[in-house]
Amino acid sequence: MISKLPPGIKVEQKGDNDKIMTLNVGPQHPGSGHMRIIVKIDGDYIVSCDPDPGYVHRGEEKMAEYRNYITNIPHLERPVIHDSCNILYPYCLGVEEILGIEVPERAKYVRVIASELNRCVYTLYWLAIYGIFLGHSTMFMWPAGDRELLIDLLEKLSGARVTHAYFVPGGVRNDMPSNFEDVCLRQINYFEKRIKQYDSIFYSNPILKSRTINTGVLRQNDAIRLGSTGSVLRASGIDFDLRKKEPYDVYDNLDFQTNVLKSGDSYARSKIPWLDMLESCKIIRNALEKIPKSGSVRVKLKPNPKAGNVETYKRVESGRGSLGMYIISNGKPEPYRVKISVGSFRNLICLPYLLKGEKLGNMPAVYWSLNYWPVEADR
Amino acid sequence: MNNEMPNKTEADHNKNVSQNNNSSKIIKNSADLPEFETNIANMLLDKFDKKLKIIFIKKNRIKVDVHKDNIVEIAKFINQNLKFDHAESVTGVDRPEQNEIEVVYHLGSYDPSISNQILALSTRTVRESIPNPGFDKTRLPSLRDVFYSVEFHERECFEMLGVYFENHPDNRRLLLPEDWADLPPLRKDFKIKGR
Amino acid sequence: MLKDLVIPQNANAFVSKLGDILVKAIDQPLGYAINWGRIWSLWPVHIETACCSVEFGAASSPRYDVERFGIIEAFGSLRQCDLVVVQGTITRKMAPRLRLVYDQMPDPKYVIAMGACAITGGLYFDSYNVLPGIDGVLPVDVYVPGCPPRPETLIQGCMLLQEKIKCMQIR
Repeated sequence: MISKLPPGIKVEQKGDNDKIMTLNVGPQHPGSGHMRIIVKIDGDYIVSCDPDPGYVHRGEEKMAEYRNYITNIPHLERPVIHDSCNILYPYCLGVEEILGIEVPERAKYVRVIASELNRCVYTLYWLAIYGIFLGHSTMFMWPAGDRELLIDLLEKLSGARVTHAYFVPGGVRNDMPSNFEDVCLRQINYFEKRIKQYDSIFYSNPILKSRTINTGVLRQNDAIRLGSTGSVLRASGIDFDLRKKEPYDVYDNLDFQTNVLKSGDSYARSKIPWLDMLESCKIIRNALEKIPKSGSVRVKLKPNPKAGNVETYKRVESGRGSLGMYIISNGKPEPYRVKISVGSFRNLICLPYLLKGEKLGNMPAVYWSLNYWPVEADR
Repeated sequence: MNNEMPNKTEADHNKNVSQNNNSSKIIKNSADLPEFETNIANMLLDKFDKKLKIIFIKKNRIKVDVHKDNIVEIAKFINQNLKFDHAESVTGVDRPEQNEIEVVYHLGSYDPSISNQILALSTRTVRESIPNPGFDKTRLPSLRDVFYSVEFHERECFEMLGVYFENHPDNRRLLLPEDWADLPPLRKDFKIKGR
Repeated sequence: MLKDLVIPQNANAFVSKLGDILVKAIDQPLGYAINWGRIWSLWPVHIETACCSVEFGAASSPRYDVERFGIIEAFGSLRQCDLVVVQGTITRKMAPRLRLVYDQMPDPKYVIAMGACAITGGLYFDSYNVLPGIDGVLPVDVYVPGCPPRPETLIQGCMLLQEKIKCMQIR
């Protein structure tokens, strides 16, 4: 009987009557994601789940050991090309610390603006794919269209659509173009008005609510125990945002709040990034007011900068939570070891926990609400 | 550090502070060491005296080196008394000159009072020149029972450096292909193409 | 002459001659019609392999709206697809899966290699886990360079593929 089943499906005999079926989801599946999840189901309910990442493991950490501090920039931003400013942020902070560089004040503000714009770009893409996952085509079209507005801004700033390579140790690569402040302010005002409409089409949608509320509930102490981060953590009622807790660059000069929701289900996890985008608009407006009108944006480095026998661990709040870079130097132009500790990989451990006991149909809603980007998790 | 440095104190800040502090039992709170972090380090030194070594104390960062036999005990103390409740990352560093592999746990906390702190707990194990992952002496006790969140990180460390974690329930392969039969790739003697 | 041919001994030769005549008469219009059908139904398999999928997604967004050309429409099952867009890096773990997906698709099928990583390995030329291009795995029809390619480049690549299909002999 077993041999007649289609490939990829196995039936395990457990006892006399009840059957546990092993189902292989991915790496090719109608949702997005280069990721395989092996689920065992009993009828419609998931008994256990085993995530199998690694389909995009490209050995970034090994490659970083063969390149010097500057030539590491382009490939270190590739894991999250649509959030490339934020993944380079801890790297630049770390290299600046071990080389002992002080960044000019204007560069710090430019960095904050670029990183907040990029966070919105990331979140909109994530939201668009969440729309596809839940069969909500309008929610793909709207964020994917609005995303282009911000991509235009970043393209003005850095010259590239998604892979900016804009942050360098010592500041940013080039100054803002002359009329950037006005254009940015105008776009952000329009953008804020626009994303407020998502509430009526997506977050108040009864179908979405019935699919996400009370599915995949992560309680507060479990969120701490599993070491989850970012929106997953804040949706479970813990107020932890590195921009507030460990302010880097000029985040301590800017007014903003962190968003915390208590319920810990997929709905809360999908709502937190949207609330964060509204905060990002505030941060950008605030930074555009406070930015010094002139000044240098970059400290020039020597061609092959060398650091001593030091190590540093820097972390920033990216679109997917805390993103840390652990850089060890041993006096050579190349780093001895670069470890990228990413939010996606840390949140992956929640998946087996959350899916246990859920219906199979809820799997897409739970999986993508973890704010998971497989390329980043695999590095 | 041979760069043009606009601010010299920043660079001095990064130096290892503790070379002469290892023998003395309690670190004196001097002006250049941040107070809060020094208190945490002193609490550790009070309890475990010679079992651990403070490598450095910087702003928001402490690094502690322990022997692998004591790591579970010390990790339990850090978890229960110092309120560090999760691990951010587990990094394996290959050091062929000293013939050992260093594993660094970056521990963080969601407790509001110390949530900006990172405690790096490092330990060392023997490095075999011809590795046979899982069957040689490159072993460490797993911290999964203390910090549940290290589960996937330790799996990654096992396949990338060949460090077998004892008592870890699931030491399967995670990121590498199923048919990987080469050296663990993050070892220094594993060379990549054309380098 | 035809009368001499139509005898039982020559039946095989007659049928083949008739076949030739028929092929000559309808091959061109029929081929044109079939290729026309294939051109406007280039539906890709939903397999993302790396980060170029971000720009692949952006190509369907309202600004670029690639579906107005009738191509690259998001589609569910690979049994109804005839295009593989390899979106970026192929790792050693992904390569057998990619080939499996390609083998399960019905003929005719076309392959677009999108991004520098899919063409030569790109930025990851010296990585231990990345294949130096997908030529060893799949037969590629069109290469779309860039890291990642802009959506316009992808659209142009698809149009080049359409031109190519137009000139193809039907089988």
